[in-house]
Amino acid sequence: MSNVVVFCESQNGKVKKGSLELLSAARGAGKNIVAIGLGPAAKETTDELAHYGAKNVMLCSDEKLSNYNPQLYLAAMLEALKDLDFEVLLASSSVLARDLFPRLAAKLEAAVTSDCTELDLNSGLQVRRPMYAGKCTAQVDFKDSAKKIILMRPNQLPVGSVDNSATAEVSEFALPAVDLKTIVKEVVKGASEKIDLTEANIIVSGGRGLKEAANFKMLEDLADTLGATVGASRAVCDAGWVPHSMQVGQTGKTVAPTLYIAVGISGAIQHLAGMNGSKVIVAINNDPEAPIFQKATYGIVGDAFEVVPKLTEEFKKLLN
Amino acid sequence: MRVYVCIKQVPDTETKIKLNADKSYIDTTGIKWVMNPYDEYAVEEALKYKQSHPSANVTVVSLGPKKRVTEALRTALAMGADDALLIDAPETLDSFATAKSLAQAIKNEEAPHLIFTGKLAIDDNASSVSQQLAEFLGLQHTTVVSKLEVGTNEVTLEREIEGGSREVVQLLGPAVIGANKGLNQPRYASLPGIMKAKKKPLKEIELSSLGVTESDSKLNYTNFALPPEKPPVKILEGDAGAQAESLAKLLREEAKVI
Repeated sequence: MSNVVVFCESQNGKVKKGSLELLSAARGAGKNIVAIGLGPAAKETTDELAHYGAKNVMLCSDEKLSNYNPQLYLAAMLEALKDLDFEVLLASSSVLARDLFPRLAAKLEAAVTSDCTELDLNSGLQVRRPMYAGKCTAQVDFKDSAKKIILMRPNQLPVGSVDNSATAEVSEFALPAVDLKTIVKEVVKGASEKIDLTEANIIVSGGRGLKEAANFKMLEDLADTLGATVGASRAVCDAGWVPHSMQVGQTGKTVAPTLYIAVGISGAIQHLAGMNGSKVIVAINNDPEAPIFQKATYGIVGDAFEVVPKLTEEFKKLLN
Repeated sequence: MRVYVCIKQVPDTETKIKLNADKSYIDTTGIKWVMNPYDEYAVEEALKYKQSHPSANVTVVSLGPKKRVTEALRTALAMGADDALLIDAPETLDSFATAKSLAQAIKNEEAPHLIFTGKLAIDDNASSVSQQLAEFLGLQHTTVVSKLEVGTNEVTLEREIEGGSREVVQLLGPAVIGANKGLNQPRYASLPGIMKAKKKPLKEIELSSLGVTESDSKLNYTNFALPPEKPPVKILEGDAGAQAESLAKLLREEAKVI
């Protein structure tokens, strides 16, 4: 049974959903899973990692890994992997992973591919990913001899059942000494403490149809009801209504939530590319000819200012 | 003092992607190629640096099919870069081989003070070359940078992380910076700039002279597919109240997503 390494991230003491999906996929394929967790918080997650299939858990709980530092995280990963026999390393395609793993791939002379949407570990290795921000997809063929680092987009694979009796062998390794030349001075919290757009399960996005910046409040209310993250079209980001970090599209963030609600967004090609991977798409727009309706599962032709508050009410009724 | 900017050419964001006959790649007929939007921020940041440090020489570097890539390099030269390196290579090189080639081309020149790249290219969205280039050169690196101050021996910058949060990072020594939107407002090439660009030095480099071949790629893309056709949209009728009610019901009972 070959080793599959799963790099696991956690938040508030819980393993992130994207990491659980990967553990589940590897367990389902009968792989021997070595989970790696970095930072003091990872220690709290060892039971959960075992319950989802990790047979070995390697931890580096050094305080210096509390926040991401590329030099330290790279040193820790190289240390963890130095004597480990593996061919495939899986990680969720998070902001951290997309920064860290290309570096690791350079060091290990490994293949690395990010943002993948399909993964099959059962018969050989099958991986697909979006290209041109989702305008098409492609199969990723790896060079046989290379180690393969695969970063999967969250919300693409099912989370398996939890086995509370499962245990793992836990080991702790020390962080090697590093001559620090990259110094993270400060982390400035954003306006939103919510889950990032790229990892969100539900997204509510607004466009020019909202008429002005202040009307995003209406979307925030809707998003709060659903536990969703708020996104936006390029037009309104460029107009300065909301920060660029909220932009969904080819020159913003490519997203693939379970539910995407587009309010007052007409659907430019580059926006559609960025959200086309969403499982269910709802379009609310007063123009029945808007291109967004061609991609939508459900459409409401109507005035967003009337529909959205009603929708918030309906969701409240349903979810309380 | 040498500043490098690595740029790539990509299909314009308005491009409708079609596939070639055997689905081994996209159909490039009629595609309008442009400089990767994030690379424009990288070029602009290098030019801003040159404005405050007139002794700096800005070299733009690109890798890809010669004819097309020349166009992107001329654009950067027209914006104000001093000279260009063109690595003639097939567009199928992966991030690893690309970063390796760029690193070797830069190693063959004057040592870098700063290197700018875009945070990613909007064609394959791999966001790997910038980090790997830094590793191959043994330099510090930060990507998704939206604010930058260059000191004598260090740079201080802000990068965007999750949920709109930002990190303030200091890099000691020469560094590679991956530019994000918001870092600056890229200038347009002026007409005199375009005229001047034609005479600026553009050095052509063979991939093999860098010790890299296509077989250095660790992966390649095959079996392209267009997204599956979506079934026609279900338009919900009635007034706002009725529409909202049926949507909530459908999302719960039919789509099962809430």
